[in-house]
Order: sequence, then structure tokens, then C-alpha cells
Amino acid sequence: MSGFFVNAALISLLTLIAFLAIRLHRLFAVVMLSGAFSLVAATLFVVLDAVDVAFTEAAVGAGISTILALATLSLVPANEKPHDFAFVPAFLAFATAAMLAVAVADLPAFGDVNAPIHNHVAPDYLKGSAEDIAIPNVVTSVLASYRGFDTLGETVVVFTAAIAVLLVLGGWTRRKEDGEDDNA
Amino acid sequence: METVFAITLIALGIAATLAIIRATIGPTSFDRVLAVNTIGSIAVLLIAVYGFFDGRPEFLDIALLYALINFIGTIAILKFFRFGTLGDHGLHEEGDEQ
Repeated sequence: MSGFFVNAALISLLTLIAFLAIRLHRLFAVVMLSGAFSLVAATLFVVLDAVDVAFTEAAVGAGISTILALATLSLVPANEKPHDFAFVPAFLAFATAAMLAVAVADLPAFGDVNAPIHNHVAPDYLKGSAEDIAIPNVVTSVLASYRGFDTLGETVVVFTAAIAVLLVLGGWTRRKEDGEDDNA
Repeated sequence: METVFAITLIALGIAATLAIIRATIGPTSFDRVLAVNTIGSIAVLLIAVYGFFDGRPEFLDIALLYALINFIGTIAILKFFRFGTLGDHGLHEEGDEQ
């Protein structure tokens, strides 16, 4: 029961940060709040026992994303332009949220041992990991061997995204400058 | 002992809320940087205290990771203030100093 209160408090904090970030028009403050959002979200993931997700959220969401957003901030004006209330995006967002809320009702209960995710291939992975892969860490054997192609695809996606971001943030101009002073 | 941890968690929650308010209204950018750094520190403490509150303090190393990321993030933000950019000019000036 105490876990419920901790979760509720963390989700309330997340909602508060999200609303404030939407309301603010000073972009630097929005970047700061998004970093805070990621840290609180990562804390929520730790509380929910999704430790690997929390690691990723803290490293990517709070670390890299904040730094990338700051790098972008140096290329754009400091304040958001005032604009009218955007009805179509707001409607789409609310419709998606409503559909997700309806879908949540059909999910298995949190930690349910009879949930499909625990009865499909997970038992085979847990039993066969030591013999098939011969390394003690089951998570590593699932990521690097059972779902090796999946992981490769994810790595390619992340790599492509990194290249695209570097190009957008001025990779072209830097290459010209590097040609002059050999600063690679 | 669990009561102590529960009270600590509540206090940390209140502190996080206050830090979020400061990050929102903070008149200068430095107030906001400090507020976000504080929120990071509170997240570190929250993970540690919740681990002991739950009876499973195995995730303390994650708290350490958060502390490191918090530090690096603050350095990046302050570098943004110092050089006005994180990209070309910042790298360029470092290269010139060497």
C-alpha cells in the first residue's frame, strides 16, 4: 500500500512538471524542466522495479537529451513565439490519451504471474540460458543472443538518429572548419 | 524504523515540489540550473531511501549513476552559459587553448 502512495506522489510530480513545461514560454526553463521530468520518471521506474529502463531513462532522457536540447537552444531564439490554441493537435493528443486509458483497463495486473509476457518464451529463456549461452546473466543473454537481431536493429536506429542529429546541429560546417585546423 | 523512512520520503517529495516551483518561477537562469540540480540530488536520495524503505537496498548503484549524470548535465549547462553554445564554438575554443 505504501508503494501506491509513492507511485501516486511521483506521478503527481510528473504531471506537475509536464503542465509547467507546457505553460512556460522561456525555452531554457522548458529544457531544465524536461531534464527534471526525466529524473523523476527514472525514479518512478526504479520504484516499479524496471531498473534497466530507469538506467536508460536517466542516461538518455536526463543526460543526452538535455545536452542535445541545449545545443539546439544555441541555434534558436530564447523564447517561444506566442501562438493561438492549436485545436487539431490538442484533439489528437486527448484522443490518443483516451484510447490509451481505455487500453490500460485490459492490461494484466501489475506483477501478475499469469500475464502472457511471463508464459510465452520467458520460461524457456530462464531455463535454457545457462546451457544455450553459457553466461550467468539472463538479461545479457536475452539481449545479446536470444534477441540479438532485435538489439542490432535498435543499435542501428540509435546510430542513425545520432548521425541525423549531428547533421542537423551543424555537422556540415564543423567538417569545413576541421579541414583548416585539423581538429578532428 | 520504517516510519522514519516514510517521513523522509514525504519530506523529499515536498522538497522536490519546492524545487520544481523554483525551476518554474526562478527569475534568473542560475536559479533554474540550481533547482534542476537539486531535483537530481533529491532523485538520488529518493532512490536510496526508497530502497531501504522497501527492504531491498540493492539499487544504490543506480543512485550513484544518477549522481554522475546529474554532475555531467550541470557541467554541460554551465558550459552552455560560458560559451553560449555546445557545438562548434565551444569545441573550437578548447582546441585553440591547447
